[in-house]
Amino acid sequence: MITVFVNGNAVTVPEGRLLSELVDAHTTSRSGVAVAVDGEVVPRTAWSGHPLAEGAKIEILTAVQGG
Amino acid sequence: MTETTATTQPLRIAERTFESRLIMGTGGAPSLEILREALTASGTRLTTVAMRRVATGTRGSILDLLTELKIEILPNTAGCLTAGDAVLTARLAREALGTSWVKLEVIADEHTLLPDPIELVDAARTLVDDGFTVLPYTNDDPVLARKLEDVGCAAVMPLGSPIGSGLGIRNPHNIELMVAAAGVPVILDAGIGSASDAALAMELGCAGVLLASAVTRAQRPALMAAAMRDAVAAGYASREAGRIPRRRFALASSPSRDESPLF
Repeated sequence: MITVFVNGNAVTVPEGRLLSELVDAHTTSRSGVAVAVDGEVVPRTAWSGHPLAEGAKIEILTAVQGG
Repeated sequence: MTETTATTQPLRIAERTFESRLIMGTGGAPSLEILREALTASGTRLTTVAMRRVATGTRGSILDLLTELKIEILPNTAGCLTAGDAVLTARLAREALGTSWVKLEVIADEHTLLPDPIELVDAARTLVDDGFTVLPYTNDDPVLARKLEDVGCAAVMPLGSPIGSGLGIRNPHNIELMVAAAGVPVILDAGIGSASDAALAMELGCAGVLLASAVTRAQRPALMAAAMRDAVAAGYASREAGRIPRRRFALASSPSRDESPLF
């Protein structure tokens, strides 16, 4: 198992867990969602080829009412 | 189109045109249904959304609403305190929403929500270089506006007064100075409280008005949205019509008595 940080919260996941699987676990919506890992945007098309690394900081954002 | 019709020319920003000069925000609405009524009544063609961490079960309902109403989405970087945060948020918005337009906000603190000018220019420069169309929320500072235009911003969006304050336009003279000097649209953003504030912004020469709280937190949001729509149109027409000069003393609008045969 490894520990990653999702939107600031520590989460334990199996080694080799893919970014796409992590996103699926956090939101049912795929449209209007974007992901950054360690401060860099990871395009949607690359999620399923992106295994998580120990200590990775993942931000999953979506559009909300505001401004 | 006749002179007697208050025809508002489209708002032009970068290579795009918008049929309404009123840009709406979506924050503060008590429900999506009330927001739908307000956005419809406002006639807006461009509306902001914020980017936030997903909550479990988050659904893209605001996006669904804007798509249904055929309103263009303008993501903002609300809540960002540094240039780095704002740049990453803009890039995430581009990925999530498929638009390279961004309302750039870099605030100095949560208490005043005033823009941090140094971080703002830094972020604007980075985002312009990265291919974004940048619409910065800025202080009512003509010099800062010039710096933002210099780094390639597509518009400048000065506050009239602090976000959500409803205090109107506290320094109309600075807004006029910005309009006079700017080669890009000046859009009054933040502080609007009522329709007269929106009309004043347009009379000062602003190309448009961006507001949210004044409508979404009004007692009757849809009615206020309609008032804002009309105020922006009226202010625009008033500016275009060319107002009379202000005078120190009266100037009779009737003929003088000497010319009248009755006296």
